[in-house]
Amino acid sequence: MDFSFSEEQNLLRNSLSRYLADHYSYEDWRKFTASPEGRDPRHWRQFAELGLLAAPLPEEHGGLGGGAIESMVVMEEFGRALVVEPFVPTVVIGGGLLMNAGGALAEEILPKIAGGETILAFAFAEAQGRYNLADLATTAKKQGGAHILNGQKSVVLGAPWADTLIVTARTGGARREPGGVSVFLVEKGAKGVSTRDYAAMSGLRASDVGFENTPARLIGEEGAALEPLEKVMDHAIAAHLAEANGAIARLMAATTEYAKTRKQFGQPIGKFQVLQHRMVDMYIAQQQALSAGLMANLKLGDTDGSRAVSAAKAAAGKYARAVAESAVQIHGGIGMTGELDVGHYFKRLVLLETLYGSPDHHLRRMARLDQ
Amino acid sequence: MDLSFSPQEEAFRQEVLGFIAEAKPKLPQKLGAPEQARLSKDDYLIWHRLLFKKGWVAPAWPKAFGGADWSVTQRYIFSTEIAKAGMPTTLPFGLGMVGPVIIAFGNDAQKKKFLPRILSGDDWWCQGYSEPGAGSDLASLRCRAVRDGDHYVVTGQKTWTTLAQYADWIFCLVRTDPAAKPQEGISFLLIDMKSPGITVKPIVILDGAPEVNEVFFDSVKVPAENLVGDENKGWTYAKFLLAHERSALASASRSRAALARLKAIAKAEQLDGAPLIRDPDFAHKLAALEADLMALEFTELRILSQEAKGEKVGSESSILKVAGSEIQQRVADLAMEAVGYYALPNDMSLGDNEAVGPDYARGLAGRYFNLRKASIYGGSNEIQRNIIAKAVLGL
Repeated sequence: MDFSFSEEQNLLRNSLSRYLADHYSYEDWRKFTASPEGRDPRHWRQFAELGLLAAPLPEEHGGLGGGAIESMVVMEEFGRALVVEPFVPTVVIGGGLLMNAGGALAEEILPKIAGGETILAFAFAEAQGRYNLADLATTAKKQGGAHILNGQKSVVLGAPWADTLIVTARTGGARREPGGVSVFLVEKGAKGVSTRDYAAMSGLRASDVGFENTPARLIGEEGAALEPLEKVMDHAIAAHLAEANGAIARLMAATTEYAKTRKQFGQPIGKFQVLQHRMVDMYIAQQQALSAGLMANLKLGDTDGSRAVSAAKAAAGKYARAVAESAVQIHGGIGMTGELDVGHYFKRLVLLETLYGSPDHHLRRMARLDQ
Repeated sequence: MDLSFSPQEEAFRQEVLGFIAEAKPKLPQKLGAPEQARLSKDDYLIWHRLLFKKGWVAPAWPKAFGGADWSVTQRYIFSTEIAKAGMPTTLPFGLGMVGPVIIAFGNDAQKKKFLPRILSGDDWWCQGYSEPGAGSDLASLRCRAVRDGDHYVVTGQKTWTTLAQYADWIFCLVRTDPAAKPQEGISFLLIDMKSPGITVKPIVILDGAPEVNEVFFDSVKVPAENLVGDENKGWTYAKFLLAHERSALASASRSRAALARLKAIAKAEQLDGAPLIRDPDFAHKLAALEADLMALEFTELRILSQEAKGEKVGSESSILKVAGSEIQQRVADLAMEAVGYYALPNDMSLGDNEAVGPDYARGLAGRYFNLRKASIYGGSNEIQRNIIAKAVLGL
């Protein structure tokens, strides 16, 4: 029983947090998220140089041989600094699906991920499908040696920055049936890809993406992608839980600091018991969210791993919302402005609450996994 | 990062499981379902004495005083496994409260006189802290002890004294210097419950059981040798004891066991012809509760691993008291809900093993009402929040 990080993991955290402190200030963040591109591409190259894009990937594909804990460390620091760069879609989801599939495609793409030469976005959501990964209207058909994709994907986070999309589509079976789900790699510049780009909460960018007879390369086995998808989604959720914990830590620190300095009625507002108890409830929620995140990451791959991930996602979503809403409340009017960073962390946490399934969805999944 | 226990710790777990398998047939069945049991003094002592015989009754005490001297991880494994097996806990008043205080602050004569009888179960202890005017504001207590030659004369009242009706001894916070600041005039006194001038009056609480009492002291003579540590230093010992009480790990394992019993009930109960556990609304509430419990289990493990490494865990452990008691209460609430109308009979009007509805429904409403105490005792959850605000958040 040991919750301490290895020396390498601490090194990874320290070098990343130092980099973010020096080069990813909130002032910079406000500038580049408001720019037309919405990000500063230099950071991704620096992340590659710091080794964090390679950290969780296997050594035979240019990685450093780490795993979920390395992703957790990276995402916690990302959350603390409200980073917009698409680590999870590229490294955790893209990397995870390719590692799982193996073969020539893995050999081709994984080293590019590790080296920071490609950015992936994960196109899975559809208007009718809500959180069900198998509820797909997008189809793929084999034509000659390749597949041809048709359909629409909603709110593909990071798609405006990506060169390549990972797309779920049905190659067989009825809508919502577990069998017949496949995953594809699609060049964003390929024929028949149309995008509508827009800004999303907390500095992120997203696209709705259409495919019309678009050529696509199959990842893994045709029609049998749901199981590996669920597995990789568990990893993605666990990583995002760490991101949420980074954001929660920032909100917690900002709020207690503000309560100690902001004076009303002739004293710091942190002296009022009603606010003290509210902040203690934030602290308890923070600690419980931290535990949920650790549980999810440490149980990945266990027989009860998916159930633990869903429990953590459901519980942490509730804790994060409680912390964030209280942070805004205790900051008062200034907490309502976009000038202060608090509101942006709040929005990131609300976005993460919905991403890859709302708390309600995951409670249902928990109950289903029981039966 | 590693969730596994060491081979030595796993071997210890096997030893515990072996002991449980041996002990279980010797215990009355009702000890396994605390929400249904009405326990007599003898019921409590059966388990205590089995553990005593094994040398395991005082897991945290040093070997020199007859304890098991287990590591914090061993203690965690032990409490988790006995909860899982549906075994009862031992009562904390002697083993977990006055015992550690005597070990830390008592003199040799006191250690010799009291510790062996706490271990054997020959002495039953109760806790004389709260008074009618001193609840959360414990330091305002007024029960007076006046030194008169070789003894103290104690006059005053204690209240909410758990199971004082069975007690041979009471450890009391008494005021020895009324002129000093509230915290500085308090002493820690051990009082024989058979002393002339002591009256115990039961208080029936919400579940209908006389679980707590008022204890009255009318010029009770207490030998001065029963003073623990120094006169007027009692507050220090009281705080030491409260910290012990608060940081009791593995309470989540008790809620885990109660949740397992709740799931069994929800499988047996019917709603519209199907098991209640299949009802989406009920399943949703159950899953939400379990998700919170799972997080709490990991919060415990995190604190455990810090303690196991020898790091000092301070008021952070207050969150275990707050979150742990709230979850305990929610499990009891949902269990009461699960049995529908059969929560309504007043079980106290029935015989010990009698039930109006299914056996598993007996006592569930009482348990719900009884456990409202969990957020009140041991420093109310509001007091815990005051502690965290000050000590952890620095407000």
